[in-house]
Amino acid sequence: MTAPPALSIRVQTQDFDSGAELALLEAGSGAVASFTGIVRGDDGLVAMTLEHYPAMTEKALHEVAAEAFKRWPVHAATIIHRVGRLEPGARIVLVAVSSSHRHAALEACAFLIDWLKTRAPFWKLEEFSDGRRQWVEARNSDDEAARRWGAH
Amino acid sequence: MQILYFAWVREQIGMDGEDVTPPAGIDSVAQLIDWLTGRSAGHAAALADPARLRIAVDQRFATPHDLIADAREIAIFPPVTGG
Repeated sequence: MTAPPALSIRVQTQDFDSGAELALLEAGSGAVASFTGIVRGDDGLVAMTLEHYPAMTEKALHEVAAEAFKRWPVHAATIIHRVGRLEPGARIVLVAVSSSHRHAALEACAFLIDWLKTRAPFWKLEEFSDGRRQWVEARNSDDEAARRWGAH
Repeated sequence: MQILYFAWVREQIGMDGEDVTPPAGIDSVAQLIDWLTGRSAGHAAALADPARLRIAVDQRFATPHDLIADAREIAIFPPVTGG
């Protein structure tokens, strides 16, 4: 009866236009929810470099989206993740979901970013003003956030 | 088979990948990692603590017990930190 959800997944170095992406999802929908991740300039951070595993990344993101589509009646979803060197204030990731009603849109959006953080093969290398560089450690809180949705 | 390394695993080993032919008896992900530690001091350092590593076999997450017999590409990397 209903068409499968439309899914747009992009992994790119260039910036994206959050407003334009949301406007695309708004057409014909009752509700749109989104999450945008931004580089924070905390503790003297001057840049963050995002590395990924190209052959696996889109596959992993498709699997995360497919799981969301099984759980909520989603109309469409957009996942954009940037890679390369990003400075404070730069957008890193956009997850946006449209649905008929707010609960489905909000929950599916939260699910997508929680699962993306633990299942998509991206890594962050931080550079600081004193010359230090360090790979970001995975956080237990991210694992717990992903687990609260249960296994599939 | 092709082995790929990412993030600090890549940096410690000093290469982003290599072609290897494991000897007979190396059947599982865990055995492969243990065997790879013998290839250089960098391998030994990067792969010393398997609990800090995550593995993908042909672009799917795998466990240490998974078999590698038919694998073409095995990636070894830290827990992911995207988003």
